[in-house]
Amino acid sequence: MNGIRQRITVGKVFTWLLLIALILITLIPIWIVLKTALTPQKALFSSVSELFPQDPTLFNFRRVLGMVSSEEMVAAGGSASSINFLRSLWNSVIFTGLIVVAQTFFSAMAAYAFARLKFIGREVIFFMYLSALMIPTMVLFIPNFIFIKNIGWLNTYAGLVAPFFLMSPFAVFFLRQFFMGIPAALEEAAKLDGSSPFGTFWRIILPISRTPIVTLVILTSINMWNEFLWPFLVGKEDNVRVLTVALQFFRTQTPQGAPDWTGLMAGTFLSIIPIFILLIVLGRQVINSLQFSGLK
Amino acid sequence: MHVSTPVTHTNNRPKSQKTIWKKLFNQESLTAWLFILPSLIGFVLFYALPSIRAIQISFTNWNLLRAPRYIGLENYQTLLTDPKFWNAMKVTLLYVIYNIPLQTIIALFMAVVMDRVTKSMLVRGIFVLPYLMSNVIVALIWLWMLDPLLGFVNVVLGYLGIADQSFFGSVKQALPTIAGVNIWRHMGFNALLFYAGIQSIPKNLYEAATIDGANEWRMFRYITLPLLRPVTVFVLVTSVVGSFQIFDTIAVTTQGGPVDATRVIVWYIYQNAFEFFKMGYATALSVVLFLILLIITIIQMRLLRGDSSDLA
Repeated sequence: MNGIRQRITVGKVFTWLLLIALILITLIPIWIVLKTALTPQKALFSSVSELFPQDPTLFNFRRVLGMVSSEEMVAAGGSASSINFLRSLWNSVIFTGLIVVAQTFFSAMAAYAFARLKFIGREVIFFMYLSALMIPTMVLFIPNFIFIKNIGWLNTYAGLVAPFFLMSPFAVFFLRQFFMGIPAALEEAAKLDGSSPFGTFWRIILPISRTPIVTLVILTSINMWNEFLWPFLVGKEDNVRVLTVALQFFRTQTPQGAPDWTGLMAGTFLSIIPIFILLIVLGRQVINSLQFSGLK
Repeated sequence: MHVSTPVTHTNNRPKSQKTIWKKLFNQESLTAWLFILPSLIGFVLFYALPSIRAIQISFTNWNLLRAPRYIGLENYQTLLTDPKFWNAMKVTLLYVIYNIPLQTIIALFMAVVMDRVTKSMLVRGIFVLPYLMSNVIVALIWLWMLDPLLGFVNVVLGYLGIADQSFFGSVKQALPTIAGVNIWRHMGFNALLFYAGIQSIPKNLYEAATIDGANEWRMFRYITLPLLRPVTVFVLVTSVVGSFQIFDTIAVTTQGGPVDATRVIVWYIYQNAFEFFKMGYATALSVVLFLILLIITIIQMRLLRGDSSDLA
């Protein structure tokens, strides 16, 4: 008995150590980013093997946010390259916000029709939506790029959000599954009270579907915030550049061999902050949403 | 009703047409069409038409400046003898092989460890943190961590007496390095999916196995693994399909280099379309990629018998 207990304890300690190792592997790189961002440019070489920043400074953050004059930058030993960070942050907010609101709403409308209303062609159209899930994005993005270019929407918000704005096959599928499980009695009661179909959808279906809609909104927000390929193709200009594209530009445009590491890491860390905020404010819901995305 | 006189017979036709008409335009149908209209417009413009257009364009020679010229199957013939295409396929496949097995095993392992020692939301939050960051951010983090001159990893290797490595800059190491970066980003998220799957396995199965004297490994092998089958299929299918389309990390780090070591298929398609302006050839490549992914998905679903766990 004693022997078994001891073996279990050894096993437990071992698993805990592994768990801690995994946590460190996850967190150390992020810590190094912050450390580098807090390091003065001149001290970069000498501080490489340190775990904590020497003479920590917020200069790099101010630099990336465009709060420092170019003379001051050169005086600090860096290049004058900067990233229009606030502008890109704003563009990412607009891009993600517009898509999440519109896509969720229009997809929910469609999902409601597929789940509840009878009409000719329902199965066929739903099947077509589903098969769209199989198509690699690159197949669609080349013709979509040409289309957006032809209608003159390159480097506009309209062009950025267009392919995602009116629907996503996943969102329709996801919400339809849920709507099918809502008891029909609820709608019939509303109908008897003289509610229009849209009124029923708006006042009954949407409110009781709060949980799956929140899940969907979280998943879509994460995906759109992180989207790179489409904005990279159609939104390269400074005025519409989202965060992912701006960071890629910042990286590829720094001189070869001597990238502006402290600035780049300041920009990188600033881009991680919204994710920290999301996790701190909505942690439990985010994790449950992600967990849910794997279960049918 | 069954009496068929010439009169009713002639009336039959307009009557049935009327019912179809009625079916199409009754109150409920009209409402339904209004409900799906926005999504249908989006679907037609950005999914259905571009799919058809992609196939059309793949039969042409088109640089976007002049009108497309129909050339039949020529792009597909070129592709078969294009060494760069075959190299891109090889690189992509290698990437998938470096990436998927290791990532899946680590994720499964993480899930079991979480299930055994802690159900803490904080730990789960830490593990999904990399997945919540975009590929671009993750690529930048590791570009710095793995910098040949100043990177933290080489500092650590130095303490262990290992010579500096060049990682992204080396023909041999670049692809495994990119695979490693993506394992780091995805392992926690996949672990979360496995963890959720493990939670849905009835606990009495483990209790019974413990009474029968089964050890940890046997319980994992004969209870956890078989019952996780649906989750495993989901994780494998989505991560294989995703890996085949790796692009963002390459765009930030190696841009296909050094030499052709990381020129994966989607990067090659991108180059053809947006650097060489060979729209026809690029779409032909993308159509081939689609077919490959379709076949892989079907094979995976079959092999792993996707729909059913062994619980039933």
